[in-house]
Amino acid sequence: MRRRAEWRGIEVGLTAVGLGEAVDFTAFDILFMGGGQDKEQKLICEDFQRVKGGALAEAVEDGVPFLAICGGYQLLGRFYETGRGERLPGIGVLAVETCAGRKRMIGNVVARSLLPGQETRVLVGFENHSGRTYLGAGVRPLAEVLVGHGNNGEDGTEGAVYRSVVGTYLHGSVLPKNPWLADWLIGRAVARRYGEGVTLPPLDDRVEVEAHAAAVAHAVEVARRHRTPVRRKRLSAVVGGRLRARRGSS
Amino acid sequence: MRDLLALWAGRAVLKLSRRLGHGGSSLPGRVALRIQPALLRRLAGKLRWGSVIITGTNGKTTTARLLSTILQDAGYRLVHNRSGANLKEGLTSAFLEDAAAAGRRADIALMEVDEATVPEAVRELRPLGIVVTNFFRDQLDRYGELDTTVSLVGRGTDAVGGRGFVVLNADDPLVAALGRGRGERAVFYGVEDDRCGKRTMTQTREQRHCLTCGRELDYSVFYYGHLGRYACPGGDFRRPAPDVRAGAVCLEGARGASFTLSVRGEGEVRVAMPVPGLYNVYNALAALAAALELGVPLSRAAASLERARASFGRMEVIPVEGRNVLLALVKNPTGFNQVLETLLGDAPAADGAGEVGDRSPRNFLIAINDRYADGTDISWLWDVDFEVLAERGARVGEIIVSGLRAHDMALRLKYAGVPEASVRVVPGLSEALDRALAVTAKGKTLLVTPTYTAMLELRDIISRRGYAPPFWEAEKT
Repeated sequence: MRRRAEWRGIEVGLTAVGLGEAVDFTAFDILFMGGGQDKEQKLICEDFQRVKGGALAEAVEDGVPFLAICGGYQLLGRFYETGRGERLPGIGVLAVETCAGRKRMIGNVVARSLLPGQETRVLVGFENHSGRTYLGAGVRPLAEVLVGHGNNGEDGTEGAVYRSVVGTYLHGSVLPKNPWLADWLIGRAVARRYGEGVTLPPLDDRVEVEAHAAAVAHAVEVARRHRTPVRRKRLSAVVGGRLRARRGSS
Repeated sequence: MRDLLALWAGRAVLKLSRRLGHGGSSLPGRVALRIQPALLRRLAGKLRWGSVIITGTNGKTTTARLLSTILQDAGYRLVHNRSGANLKEGLTSAFLEDAAAAGRRADIALMEVDEATVPEAVRELRPLGIVVTNFFRDQLDRYGELDTTVSLVGRGTDAVGGRGFVVLNADDPLVAALGRGRGERAVFYGVEDDRCGKRTMTQTREQRHCLTCGRELDYSVFYYGHLGRYACPGGDFRRPAPDVRAGAVCLEGARGASFTLSVRGEGEVRVAMPVPGLYNVYNALAALAAALELGVPLSRAAASLERARASFGRMEVIPVEGRNVLLALVKNPTGFNQVLETLLGDAPAADGAGEVGDRSPRNFLIAINDRYADGTDISWLWDVDFEVLAERGARVGEIIVSGLRAHDMALRLKYAGVPEASVRVVPGLSEALDRALAVTAKGKTLLVTPTYTAMLELRDIISRRGYAPPFWEAEKT
């Protein structure tokens, strides 16, 4: 996001917010949060309950774009239930609930984006999580899974969107390979500050587009050889033509 | 009877796979264990002295190799899983290979062991000692979390600690913590030279917090990653004073490294080894500490290091078509950072193989695969400090990116600020090698940084062109 903003002449300041720090998150343009190991997740969970939860919820309602990945995504939900049935509370800005699963869901993911106001876009990334996340009312899935597991490996959804918050299990890395997602977040940030009229100038994304196409083709290829869930009909409907074209050209 | 049948079958598979041109690193063991599940335990029981386990994220293979050089010089006959096959099947294969060589009974088995296999290996081998190199984030797709890996190895050190020696890296808080409560029974090694460290660390750090109280550790110096001199501000935990130390470290780019080795109670000796990089100074210290525990005199152990070589694919230089191909395996962010730092290192007057004072731009071939042995999750590339390739642009010529994830690598370089014009995507490894050799002038060095399976494939391509022996031959000396 930083690079893509700077390439457009938008100056970016980066602030790392640590444990125990009380911060007015509405003063920021974009928020980002990743995941951690169980131990660290617990520390952040406590910090959210004691210090940051209210301020984060306020920022979300104020429309601050927020990208939360994996463990970060889970902590924005209502709770995370461990294997022993213990419930770690989230801050509940996303109406999602997560339960620990036995089997880790690991592998490449291809998914059709359901972000509003976008043409048909395909997300590609890598997931590695044992938590199974289920969406409640008032939150939309980020994408429809074509290859991989997504939120829970059952309902075909991946990630969650509420206002300008995007929660997702995809990394690997998700933004450079899906630059339109980075641009959506930057666009929301610019709109919040300067109004809806501003459009982001396009960038030369040839390297990104190539990497995206190669990653999708590779994910499909690997899924064929392994037992990764693939929704074949939807996959060929969404990316089939492109895959064929790619194979033809190489 | 069963033992004999298992041995016979395993050895037959080994011979067959060698004849077919494969390394045969784990299949023979798998076949033999199928026939006799207790085979590894039986074979380990026949050793004259016993086994030594070497584990940790990075440096297992090189540490084992350095230790094997020292022990062989000291007259020990070894069983050693040289190929790096470090799961139970691989360990068994190493014993099968030794049994095939016949002759006198082996003294010591030197086993590099995958972290998750440590508890099982300790049960089967009942080792004399265990060496733990470091813990970095690596292939999280396999084990999930670093904490899980650390606790698996901790079970191993606890089991060995009661009867054997435990060699630990003092500079890695995650490793050093395994020695808590062990008193005099753990041997610590570490670097003590602030000049080769930094006051702050921009690279990925795995461990920031005290394992007892959770407070952020204070570092007075960082060597690399989270290795350094640290202390908990609350006084709960601090870096143990190392028993085996390297001071006055001199890094000579890709050519080698030298340091003053001090051992508590034994004095000092200067060591110059042809194995480069600060991370290999750590590997040498680990090997030395283990060798001293096994009774090798300090001066002899140090002398062996002077003529030690790194293992295949680990800073291995192979002459190809009049160029030097330097193969440097990469498998995680910290390892890759160390390799880049060493390759771009400001050597006093030399780097590479014999190119004294050459400061001309170097061509790179970066080959990234995402097969199981490489780690299927390639997001770790985004934690590597490739920005140095942009910052030291004058030292960098063309960068050819290759492998199953060539495009991801190209994308990473773009976001690191490397000019697109100097990056070329050639997914096929053979074609990529052709291109890289074509743009590299005769007499110059081509720097190749492949992931594990890409390294094996590239080595195979090079050896089929007649320039290098297969790795199982290369590792015999």
